[in-house]
Amino acid sequence: MNIFHAIGAVVADQIEQVRTINRRYAKPRLSMSPTVQRALLALRIYLLVLVGLLVYKFITLLTP
Amino acid sequence: MNWITRLYYLSRRWGKAIRLFLAIAGPGIVVMVADNDAGGITTYAATGAKYQYHLIWFLIILGPVAYYVQEMTVRLGAVTKRGHAEAIFDGFGPFWGWFSLIDLLFVDWLTLVTEFIGMTTALAIFGVPAWLTVLGVCLLMGFMVLNGRYWTWEKLAMAFCAINLIYIPGAFMVNPSVSEIMRQGIIPNFPGGFTGELFFFLMANIGTTIAPWMLFFQQSSVVDKGLKEIDIPWGKTDTLVGAFFTVLVAIFIIIVTGTVLNGREVTDAAQASRMLMETHHWTGIFMAIGLFDAGLLGAICISLASSWAFGEVFGWAHSLNNKIREAPWFYFAYFFALITSGLVVLIPGAPLVLITLFVQVIAVTLLPAALVFLILLLNDKDTMGDRINTLWENVINGSIVAVIIALSTAYGLTTLFPSLLGQSGTP
Repeated sequence: MNIFHAIGAVVADQIEQVRTINRRYAKPRLSMSPTVQRALLALRIYLLVLVGLLVYKFITLLTP
Repeated sequence: MNWITRLYYLSRRWGKAIRLFLAIAGPGIVVMVADNDAGGITTYAATGAKYQYHLIWFLIILGPVAYYVQEMTVRLGAVTKRGHAEAIFDGFGPFWGWFSLIDLLFVDWLTLVTEFIGMTTALAIFGVPAWLTVLGVCLLMGFMVLNGRYWTWEKLAMAFCAINLIYIPGAFMVNPSVSEIMRQGIIPNFPGGFTGELFFFLMANIGTTIAPWMLFFQQSSVVDKGLKEIDIPWGKTDTLVGAFFTVLVAIFIIIVTGTVLNGREVTDAAQASRMLMETHHWTGIFMAIGLFDAGLLGAICISLASSWAFGEVFGWAHSLNNKIREAPWFYFAYFFALITSGLVVLIPGAPLVLITLFVQVIAVTLLPAALVFLILLLNDKDTMGDRINTLWENVINGSIVAVIIALSTAYGLTTLFPSLLGQSGTP
C-alpha cells in the first residue's frame, strides 16, 4: 500500500509542478500584435493539417 | 623601425583577439559540427554516390543558411539569458510551451536512437558488439558531464569536433580530380533535370542541415556558458566558423563517395564504409571512425538539448557547472534519454528503419514552430531591446525560414507518402 501512496504523492507533486508552470507563464510576455496572431494562427492550421495527415497515414498503415 | 613597432602591436592585437575568440568559441562550432550527425553522414554519402560532385554548390549555399538561423539563437540567448524552451513559454504561454517541450522530447529521443544506430553500425565494422558500444558511449558521455564544469565538457566536445575532420584526409587518399570537382560542383546545376528524386535529395540535405534540436541546444549552451550581449559578435564568429566546418566536412564526404562509389546504391554510411574498404581500405576505416564520431557528437548535443530545456521550464538547476547532487533532475533527464535510447538499439528486431523515417516526420512538426517563435521573439522590442532584428535581417532570416519550412514540410510529407515525388528511395 505504501508504494501506491508514494507513487500517488510523486504524481500529485508533478501535477502541481505543471500547474505552477502554467500559472507562471499564463500571460504571454510577447505583445499579441496582428502579425503575431496571424503567425500563430497559421502555425495552428499547419500543425492541424500535418497531424491529420499523420493520423491518416497511421490508419492506412493499419488497414489491410 | 616604425613598421616593426606596428607589426608588433598588430600581432599583439591579433593574438589577443584569437585568445578571446578561443575563450568564447564553443557552442557555435560544437552545434554546427554536430549537425553532421549519423543521419547527416548517410545523407551526404548517398548524395555523393548518386550525383557525384554535382550538388556541392547546394551544400555551399546551406552553410550561410545554417549560420543565419543559428546566429539568431546566439543573440536571443545572450540578451534574454533564457534557453529556447523557456523563451517560448515566456513569450507565447503554456500551450505553445508544452507543445514545443513535449515535441522536442520526442524528436530528441528518436534522433538519439538514430545516433546510436550510427555508432553501433560504425563500430560493428571493427567487430565491436552493439552492447559494448552503447555501454562505452554512455560511460564516456557520463564522464564528460559529471566533471562539473561546462568548460571541460565544451573542450572535450570540441576535440570530438576535430575528429570529424577525418573525412578530409580520407578524400585526399582517393585522389579525386580537382578539375572535375570544380567543373561539376561549383556552378549550380540539376544533374539529369529537376526530377522528384533530385528534389528529395535536396530536401534531405536541408533536413540534415537545420534540425530543431540545434536551436534549443545552441541557445541553452550560450546561456550556460554565460555569454553576454557584448560577446555576441564573437558568438556569431563562432557560429560562422562552425558553419564553415560543417559544410567543409559535408563536401569532403561527397567527394569521397562521389569518387569511389559513384553509381552505386548507398543506403547508410556504415554500408558506404564497407564498400569503400573493398578498394580504399583506410578511407573506409576513416569513414567508419567519422560515422562513430558524428553519432557521438550528435548524442552529446541532443541529450543535453532535452535536459537543458526541461531544467529551464521546471526550474531545476540545469547547468553543466553544477555537480550531480546540485542538479539531480537535470542529470537524471540526461542519462534517462541516453540510456533508454541506447537500449532500444539493443532490442532484437526493433523497428530501427521505421524510427529513422519517423524522426524526419516528427521533426517537421517542431521545426517550423521553433523557427517562427525565433523570428517573432527577435522582433519583440521588449525582449530584445537594441538587439532586435533589423529590416535586412528580417528579409534574410524570414526568407530562409520560409524556404526551410516549405522544403522540410515537403521532405516530411514525401517520407510519409513516397509516391508524391514518384520515387520510393530514401537517401
